[in-house]
Amino acid sequence: MEHIRLPKVESVRLLDRVSPRRSRVGTLYLTATHTIFVENEAGVRSETWVLHSLVCSMEKQAASASGCPLIIHCKNFQVLHFVIPRERECHDVHLSLQRLSQPETYEELYCFSFNPNVDDEERRQEWDFLDLKADYRRMGLPNSLWKLSTVNQHYKVSDTYPADLFVPESATPPVIVGSSKFRSRGRFPTLSYYSKENHAAICRSSQPLSGFSARCLEDEQMLEAILRSNPRSDFMYVVDTRPKWVLAAGSAGKGYENEDNYSNIKFQFIGIENIHVMRNSQQKMLEVCELRSPSMSDFLEGLESSGWLKHIKAVLDAGIFIAKAVAEEGVSVLVHCSDGWDRTAQVCSVASVLLDPYYRTLRGLMVLIEKDWVSFGHKFSHRCNHQVGDPKEVSPIIDQFLECVWQLMEQYPCAFEFNERFLITIHSHIYSCQYGNFIGNNQRERIELGLRERSHSLWSYLWTNQADYMNPLYRPDHSQAQGLLRPSTAPYCFKFWRGLYNRFDRGMHPRQSVEDYLSAIQEETQQLEEQLASHKQVGQNLSCLSFSETKTTTTFDKSPTAWALGTDLGLANTPQDYTGGFITSSPCQPKVPDSSLILQDLNQTPETNLSNGSDQESGIADLSCRSPLSEDSTRDPDSDEAAYSAA
Amino acid sequence: AEEFSLMYPFFYRPMFEVIEDGWNSFLPKDAFKDLESMTDEWRLSEVNKDFSVCPSYPPLVAVPKDVDDDTLRKAATFRHSGRFPVLSYYHKKNGMVMMRAGQPLTGTNGRRCKEDEKLINATLRPGKRGYIIDTRTINVAQQAKARGGGFESEANYPQWRRIHKAIERSNVLQESLIKLVEACNDQSHSMDRWLSKLEASSWQTHVKEILTTACLAAQCIDREGASVLVHGTEGTDSTLQVTSLAQIILDPACRTIRGFQGLVEREWLQAGHPFRQRCAQSAYSNSKPRQEAPVFLLFLDCVWQILRQFPCSFEFSESFLVLLFEHAYASQFGTFLGNRTAERAKLSLPEKTVSLWSWVNRPQELERLSNPLFEANSLVIWPSVAPQSLLLWEGVFLRWNRSSRCLDEAYEEMVHIIEYNKELQNKVNSLRRQLAQLETEDPLLQTP
Repeated sequence: MEHIRLPKVESVRLLDRVSPRRSRVGTLYLTATHTIFVENEAGVRSETWVLHSLVCSMEKQAASASGCPLIIHCKNFQVLHFVIPRERECHDVHLSLQRLSQPETYEELYCFSFNPNVDDEERRQEWDFLDLKADYRRMGLPNSLWKLSTVNQHYKVSDTYPADLFVPESATPPVIVGSSKFRSRGRFPTLSYYSKENHAAICRSSQPLSGFSARCLEDEQMLEAILRSNPRSDFMYVVDTRPKWVLAAGSAGKGYENEDNYSNIKFQFIGIENIHVMRNSQQKMLEVCELRSPSMSDFLEGLESSGWLKHIKAVLDAGIFIAKAVAEEGVSVLVHCSDGWDRTAQVCSVASVLLDPYYRTLRGLMVLIEKDWVSFGHKFSHRCNHQVGDPKEVSPIIDQFLECVWQLMEQYPCAFEFNERFLITIHSHIYSCQYGNFIGNNQRERIELGLRERSHSLWSYLWTNQADYMNPLYRPDHSQAQGLLRPSTAPYCFKFWRGLYNRFDRGMHPRQSVEDYLSAIQEETQQLEEQLASHKQVGQNLSCLSFSETKTTTTFDKSPTAWALGTDLGLANTPQDYTGGFITSSPCQPKVPDSSLILQDLNQTPETNLSNGSDQESGIADLSCRSPLSEDSTRDPDSDEAAYSAA
Repeated sequence: AEEFSLMYPFFYRPMFEVIEDGWNSFLPKDAFKDLESMTDEWRLSEVNKDFSVCPSYPPLVAVPKDVDDDTLRKAATFRHSGRFPVLSYYHKKNGMVMMRAGQPLTGTNGRRCKEDEKLINATLRPGKRGYIIDTRTINVAQQAKARGGGFESEANYPQWRRIHKAIERSNVLQESLIKLVEACNDQSHSMDRWLSKLEASSWQTHVKEILTTACLAAQCIDREGASVLVHGTEGTDSTLQVTSLAQIILDPACRTIRGFQGLVEREWLQAGHPFRQRCAQSAYSNSKPRQEAPVFLLFLDCVWQILRQFPCSFEFSESFLVLLFEHAYASQFGTFLGNRTAERAKLSLPEKTVSLWSWVNRPQELERLSNPLFEANSLVIWPSVAPQSLLLWEGVFLRWNRSSRCLDEAYEEMVHIIEYNKELQNKVNSLRRQLAQLETEDPLLQTP
């Protein structure tokens, strides 16, 4: 690879962030796709893999006697603190990674080289797994009130919208086209969610180009058509998700709907801040997460001044307003911000999760992200910085949506079919570029890139591995899994999402996972049910019974925690630095032999390796936050080295 | 005693059958039998049988075998409120011990006491050093000298290494609780305001500091293989937080329902934590009594934090901790009345009131308090003390502010999953037994 200035550096140290005295020495390899750190000490081999596309930023610090520190911040919030012996080497690694982590063309993205060995037919099935038309059918569309419009075929009306859109039955092409000319980027009002029960709908668009007094007859007709598509309601809400002061400040040409010009609308401002505020806010919060042994005050003050939870609350509040308008008042809502691809996507999708239990299922959440985010043109490539671009376009808008879902899961533990790991895995892959789903900024770009033919779909991967992402407390018939969620948004209901933002600081997570314990119990229960059924079936067939007898004894002797936790607690749990450096004679922790239970998927290719680190503090926490990314993997000494020796 | 005799516990008559009288469940001599089974290096001293040597100690205390009662009497004169060093915990794994005491009364001119030195040195193995964990900062400990208190100097205690931590004193903690409760009741719905009030209350800071100190004590014992002496000023507050939490970390027995009761008895009630003074009015008090402080509540909060991090390692659930919190402040039972054993004896509490443990140790109550996830874990459990790992104890502080319906439902769901599994196991096992029986009864069915 032309960009790799130095494929291998020996005697590199990887520092442990929580206790810096505990560092590992090994060899650093740069490959076409990954940075790999291999620790090989006393026969114990441990590997840390980092995808280049996950590298967010790097910090090369001044060299000291012990070497030259290089700190790598990843988009999945992993932070790696390397110390490279020589300045020159550090410089080369730095430059190489800078280039490798910032592809200049789409062609360089990892999804085009990631090859999980499936044939074209299987690949086609992967992509056909989610069908948005099926979701509209599920909502009962098309019907006598809403129709599928062909107006945006070949992306002629709005190049950032999907080709298939639902519009009111009475909206004629001239009205749609007229309205689109009055809206930023041609993003005219169109349907996002429709409630079969009471005909209320959530529609979305960009802002009207009303300026100070301009009006557009077709746009007014368009809103009138939306209103009429909800026969039981005599008014509709228009929600502008921006803070009012933004518009009071007045920028020429842009604006909001004037209640005098649109009949029967109720206009509502909801103050969600813009992408720049959100980017800075997350940055500040991450700085707090990365503090080395912060005091409680450092942490809480930092969290407050980052404003992050305030913004999460604003998004959720907006979602609740809309969900209640639809479910409780039966009133349709048109939502927009400026372009209608950031705040609008957040608010529409949060409202959908609150409204419809389907979106709280594994498949439903995938459909929702595919619909409100991917198809409606959330600019993933720009927002997630998939390739070199304008840093001012980067913003964690999708992170905030995932976090809103997580906050809801904390309040409603039985309402969601999926678990936290599911959200974290999705988050990782939005940034990893391993799958084609989140490449490009809109549907038109994805078609042009031929992603369906040249890359793979995350959704079918997640579906295949659904056992990892199931919430054991979920039951489809549980009361929490029914109807509208009415969460509390009192400030104390919002928690810091340690599982995502401090995901790689394993010592911080609970050492035993209730969820994994319950999942193991459920698995055992299922086996018992099968045995019971077979016992009844075979009746008196003794040979069969004596067979299952041996099977049952082996099953029951095992404690469920041993299953769930995978490793011995004693090996996995070691004290933190409680002393503030007082005790210096602290003995070295005994080396932990590789446990085969940590290694989940040895037979997978490195790219899809599920396994995590062998750090002694990690064993248990690992299982609760593993991802199919090849992050920090411990592998068998015999495993193939082809992947990085090819570099 | 008049103020007591009108209290509810003196009128309360149990409406339940007492299976085991809780007043006799955790006697020092029974606890000592357990110790005797592990080591013969300790003895039970009766030096305080009439509460004259140390009014806040129980009549029986465990001390090194080779130290006689005279030495104890002299050492008591050198320690705050006569609280001479006594055994708090014996670590079976390596024979190391944790002791607790009041501060040494060195004063400004550096008084020393040979008997005190002898007493604590007697707990060290030959050639071994120990750690003294002073729960106060070095500055606070220095200032204490002016009032006759102080700390162990290196010169006089060369075999001991002193570590100062910073656990706040009771009035600061009370202030913190009042602010925290006020923050939780704030109706403003502003995130900034909530976070800044939560921070300003410093409650979580205290939780972190106490847990860290307890972890340090446990680390010295288990990882450094050293014995530890813990004290602050009086030795009745921060000292007990540290010694009891260290035992939760080190000793699996303390993580059972009965073991935890024993811990509360030993390290709080018998050790002389002044419950009457500390737990009189909780957060809503206009008069701000000087002695009021949520020392015990902070201990329970810390236990809850460990429970959250090791949800399968405790036999009891959060509801047991909440129950103890409630009864420490207001109760129909006599357990938390009074400030010390001497006071309880004088009031004849065992004869005139019912023990909380009598209520708890009944099958139906034990079931309600037990943790369905429990799997005996014989290991030391090291909690994380990072701010990200420490949470607000919603079950206590937000209990009346938000509905817990959804969380309660989740708990029921969890219980259901576990019970259904047990039910199936029983079914399969009984089927197997029936078939085994059939097999022996009917030789025709026996496989060749």
